[in-house]
Amino acid sequence: MNIADASTAKLRCAHVHRSFRRKNGSMLRAVVDVSLVARPGTVTALVGPDGAGKTTLLRMITALITPDQGSIEVAGLNVVKSPAAVQAMVGYMPQRFGLYEDLTVEENLNLYADLHGVRPGDRAAIYEPLMKMTALAPFMHRLAGRLSGGMKQKLGLACTLVRTPELLVLDEPTVGVDPVSRRELWEIITRLVGDNGLTVLMSTPYLDEADRCDAALVLYEGRVISDGPPKAMRDLAAGRVFRVSPPVGQTPRYMQARLMAQPGIVDAVPEGGQVRCVTATGSQTVNPLANLMPQAAVPRFEDGFMITLPQKPHTDSSANAADHKTPPDKTPVHNSNKNQTSNPAASQDPVVEVHDLVRRFGEFIAVNHVSFTVRRREIFGLLGPNGAGKSTTFRMLCGLLPPTSGTLRVAGVDARRAGAAARQRLGYVAQKFSLYGHLTMAGNLAFFASAYGLHGRKRRERLAWAIEEFGLADYLQILSGAAPGGYKQRLAMACALLHEPELLFLDEPTSGVDPLARREFWQLINTLAECGVTVVVTTHFMEEAEYCDRLIILNNGRILAQGSPAEVRRHATAKGSQPPTMEDAFIAIVEASAAAAGGKA
Amino acid sequence: MNVPIPNPPPPAFASLRRTLALVYKESVQILRDPSSIAISIVLPIVLIVLFGYGLSLDIQQVPIALVVEGSSPAATSLAGSFRLTRYFNPQTVPTLHAAEILLQQRRVLGIVWIRQGFSRDFQARRARVAVLVPGADVNRDRLIQGYATSVIQQWSQQHAGRLGVVWQPGATLESRVWFNDAMRSRLFLVPGVIVLVMTLIGALMTALVVSREWERGTMESLFVTPVRAGEILLGKTIPYFMLGMIGLALCIFSATVLFKVPLIGSVWVLAFASGLYLLVALALGLLISTVAKNQFVAIQVAMLVTFLPAFILSGFIFDLRSMPSFIQAVTFVVPARYYVAILQTIFLAGDVWAVLLPNGAVLLAMAVVLLALTRAKTRKRLL
Amino acid sequence: MNVLLRIIALVLKELATVFKEPRSRMTIIVPPLLQMFVFGYAASFDLHQARFAVWDQDHGPAATQLISDMRASNVFLYAGEVSSPAAVRRCIDNKKVMMVLEIPAEFQRNLTSRGNGRVEAIVDGRNSNTAGTALIYLSSIISEFNNQWRAANHLPRAPVDAVVRAWYNPEFESRWDIVPGLIGLLTLLQMILLTAMSVAREREQGTLDQLLVTPMGPLEIIAGKCVPTLLIGLGQATAALLVARFWFGIPFAGSYGVLYLGLGIFLLASIGVGLFVSTFTATMQQAMLGTFLFMVPFAILSGLTTPITSMPPLVQHITLIDPLRYAVTLIHEVYLQAYGLNGIWPQLWPLMLIAAATLLWSSWAFWRKLN
Repeated sequence: MNIADASTAKLRCAHVHRSFRRKNGSMLRAVVDVSLVARPGTVTALVGPDGAGKTTLLRMITALITPDQGSIEVAGLNVVKSPAAVQAMVGYMPQRFGLYEDLTVEENLNLYADLHGVRPGDRAAIYEPLMKMTALAPFMHRLAGRLSGGMKQKLGLACTLVRTPELLVLDEPTVGVDPVSRRELWEIITRLVGDNGLTVLMSTPYLDEADRCDAALVLYEGRVISDGPPKAMRDLAAGRVFRVSPPVGQTPRYMQARLMAQPGIVDAVPEGGQVRCVTATGSQTVNPLANLMPQAAVPRFEDGFMITLPQKPHTDSSANAADHKTPPDKTPVHNSNKNQTSNPAASQDPVVEVHDLVRRFGEFIAVNHVSFTVRRREIFGLLGPNGAGKSTTFRMLCGLLPPTSGTLRVAGVDARRAGAAARQRLGYVAQKFSLYGHLTMAGNLAFFASAYGLHGRKRRERLAWAIEEFGLADYLQILSGAAPGGYKQRLAMACALLHEPELLFLDEPTSGVDPLARREFWQLINTLAECGVTVVVTTHFMEEAEYCDRLIILNNGRILAQGSPAEVRRHATAKGSQPPTMEDAFIAIVEASAAAAGGKA
Repeated sequence: MNVPIPNPPPPAFASLRRTLALVYKESVQILRDPSSIAISIVLPIVLIVLFGYGLSLDIQQVPIALVVEGSSPAATSLAGSFRLTRYFNPQTVPTLHAAEILLQQRRVLGIVWIRQGFSRDFQARRARVAVLVPGADVNRDRLIQGYATSVIQQWSQQHAGRLGVVWQPGATLESRVWFNDAMRSRLFLVPGVIVLVMTLIGALMTALVVSREWERGTMESLFVTPVRAGEILLGKTIPYFMLGMIGLALCIFSATVLFKVPLIGSVWVLAFASGLYLLVALALGLLISTVAKNQFVAIQVAMLVTFLPAFILSGFIFDLRSMPSFIQAVTFVVPARYYVAILQTIFLAGDVWAVLLPNGAVLLAMAVVLLALTRAKTRKRLL
Repeated sequence: MNVLLRIIALVLKELATVFKEPRSRMTIIVPPLLQMFVFGYAASFDLHQARFAVWDQDHGPAATQLISDMRASNVFLYAGEVSSPAAVRRCIDNKKVMMVLEIPAEFQRNLTSRGNGRVEAIVDGRNSNTAGTALIYLSSIISEFNNQWRAANHLPRAPVDAVVRAWYNPEFESRWDIVPGLIGLLTLLQMILLTAMSVAREREQGTLDQLLVTPMGPLEIIAGKCVPTLLIGLGQATAALLVARFWFGIPFAGSYGVLYLGLGIFLLASIGVGLFVSTFTATMQQAMLGTFLFMVPFAILSGLTTPITSMPPLVQHITLIDPLRYAVTLIHEVYLQAYGLNGIWPQLWPLMLIAAATLLWSSWAFWRKLN
């Protein structure tokens, strides 16, 4: 970092520290010795998994939290000494932007305009380009609470832009936003920087967004592990990124699981029908992929990030799930199928049949004539942005919400009349952690074992299996609400699998989980599917669709596309040498359906 | 895009505009939130109706059993006196046992037992009339006792001479109850509802509003604007103050028009004093809310330190003078106690400045201290 | 077998949730005990040390005797002498005293010559209940004064005496009346709040969905809410009972078996009301406000502070759906009046009806949401 040109910087942090006292008295070092400079007219990204210290740093920059040590200057003003002046200059959009949901779009804008001292006479001139940019003009009189997730984010951004700030600070502005809105948000940010010379600092869990920034700061456990232009990160992976095709008859995700377990491979993800791999060392040495006919691929920020990330020691047994040394032999109901190298979704036997499903909430149609079938032993994905109807469909499948009309058969039983016996055969992991936070990990396991009627030897066996399989042994006596996020997720999975369900429902299991944990998680799902469990999963990470055997894409309550990942990808056209990604496909599909709707109108 | 950069308005004007914007926002939120309407409009109406129609500490037409043994003229005449008074609704039964059964079944609330040979005993000056009450509802039982005793005394004064018994009654008591000569409890219960309503709107509602902003994340967005902490506070105070005043108008209207409670003092003095108490309640609610930052804790604390004391420790139902001294000491920090004193005085006694000024002064001091404390606790910081 | 296992698991889980979290552990222990103590002392209609002034225009020995009788009682506290109508007005208006006893100039003469002397009490009626109580105390002091006066002057006795006996509370202490009633009031509040909050918490945290996808049926889930709350309620009632019995020293006349049977049914009814509230509420905040909306009318209409017989007939009918009304009566009857099972039956069956209605309704609402 060049401190010399920091004098012109809009933001300068030097050796900032901040710790918090945990409930048990120990100190959590949220931000450790972070230094950062943002030059005018640039976009700086703050990248890192949940709990890396991104939000704490942003709050210190906006004078909401005082640093323990170090100095922060915004446009030459010390944040600690003149917080009010800094807050008047900075535009800040917190993670959950504080929109007043019972005020309309216009009332929200007016409130922030008033607070920032924008004269009523000047407003029309300011609102017009903002509304044009965010496409909110037709919704000026709608309550903010009634907007979709993407529109809320855009309104939040518009509220921070009622006057041009010296520095725009955005905390995860694109999380939970559909790919189309995400792209639009980025267009707005790029334009603001290009036309108005705005300086932007934003945090994001999406690594592909770091690629678009002028500088990227990678935070991990409060420390900066990499700082500089994203190109530096990409260069780190130069010559180490390859794409390999799975042999005929093998799914990419099956191959990916094998590769991930191989030494010398840092990362492997299914992508576009192939597997993208990052090797541990450069191509000069023996390539572990040599016999798979690897094609070199253009490195991305994420590839470098995976190399930079301190490799977690693979001691937890969740990693074992991928090793197949201990296949969860008691889990599955149908593990007679030893032919695991082939596509396990060979069975045509439908487990979930949904036909013409409709769910209304008053006037609003959340799920609009949806039909699909899930076959035994497949991983089935429900993809779509927030508010697309994924969760509503999901809740109906689990029997938590009665459908307005249509038929719904789960494991051969009408889900409306699913009795205790039918529920005994399915497992459910909710979107957010929804176990008893005030019980210990062991207490939760014991409770759900009883809830599923496990007793005697069977109960002991299953509990032992769950503790072993998910590596919970060290955490058993910890209150589950106080456990680290990753372990909460494991506990939720463990509880849902105790009774050996043949059908597992997972609602957004990977949101807010760091890239490493996400990979581990998908490995576990893979294993389960191979052992004969049918998995239905929702996600808003488009690239995760690659792990599914088949998927549907939902938007505004309708199915826009369904089929295998390859079939869905065909909706998009290739860009250059790179095959289209799932996100490209999603955008193409949404735009096509919007065009079709427009054509009809 | 070309965002014009506006000239900054003068600071005082800017501050006023920010405050007004916050007031407008808060008012719109109140109007659009059904739960705030439920607490600030529906519950007060329920309370007024309950207290106005439902509650009364007065005893009238109490069902009692009258056991008259024998049929001497004196006994019949005394029994007649019990029938004539508006306090009792007697039912004559032949034996004490039958009366006891009625009492057990709660068909009557007391027994008056005129024994065999009453006439003879009266002449001999050793007549005894037994008044039996269960003793389970002491307030009611004491009133029954008092009324029964006075019926017997009046009767004996009127009839002693006629029955040839000469006696000197001694000192006789005449009473004048000022401010409420008919001793109707509604006259002090209905104004008391105003305390409850003001506390509800002032403290319970506001205890939720700041913590709600914390929980929904709107506070964080507000903080990173030029807005000052004092303006946020004013933006909360003004709309709820208005809401409280509307509640007050509602209460005064129903008290005087619906329930015919006289308002002897000036309505303006009443409004001013209520405004003071409302400020105290608001400041208390905001302080709880600011410190708690969590709706669950905020409402628990608000219940415990504002609403229950306003109900029990304010002198609204239970007279403070009857409480043990350590409880009385506690009531000195309960703002509602000063307001109840003011309310009962303005409604029933008039503008007695000797009561209004000291109580008002305490409320003013409390308002100033609490608002200052809230202001000090509201910093534009998260931690 | 499985059903029982599942219900036991639910009960243990519920108890662990309540007792492990410091905040909820505190809310079930501290506020009820605190309220028991404060209300036990504060909620009283008795009069102690009520300040009075005297306007004695007679200064005879009889007047002096009457004043000293008043001063000797624990009910009144002598605050001084006044000597003009203006002073009377002032000291009552300013709340310096609550009563002025006016003794006219010819009191002594009338008493000795005609055997009848008039005194006058001027009472502050801003709280008419206190005023009435004060007058009743004053008249019994005067009647005692008269008996003494007649005896001292060898005059014939009064022809008739009223003998008052309060069956179960000979000293007429209103604490005997209110403190046992508080056991019902406090447990009702706790039961509604705990039940409504615990359902709302499961809803908010998503654990209710997690429960519903297990083989447990709505009835099991309801039973899993009722049993632990009932246990907590019995614990709280016992604590309150101990405070009443030993701290306030109110003698217990009845049978503990009968009392606990009655309390158990009352607690079930309260839990039913809590579940009823929870079927309308989605968040903990709404559960809190809902509890409040039910609790205030229940408390006011229970007859604990104001007699039900003094309410208008329509309101008296409304009190029939108030579980607290029956509980307060039932506790009085068993605690003070030693009623047996037969005696409390009229209170018991309405409580059973309320419990059955609310519990069935909640189970139905639960079931309907899923189908």
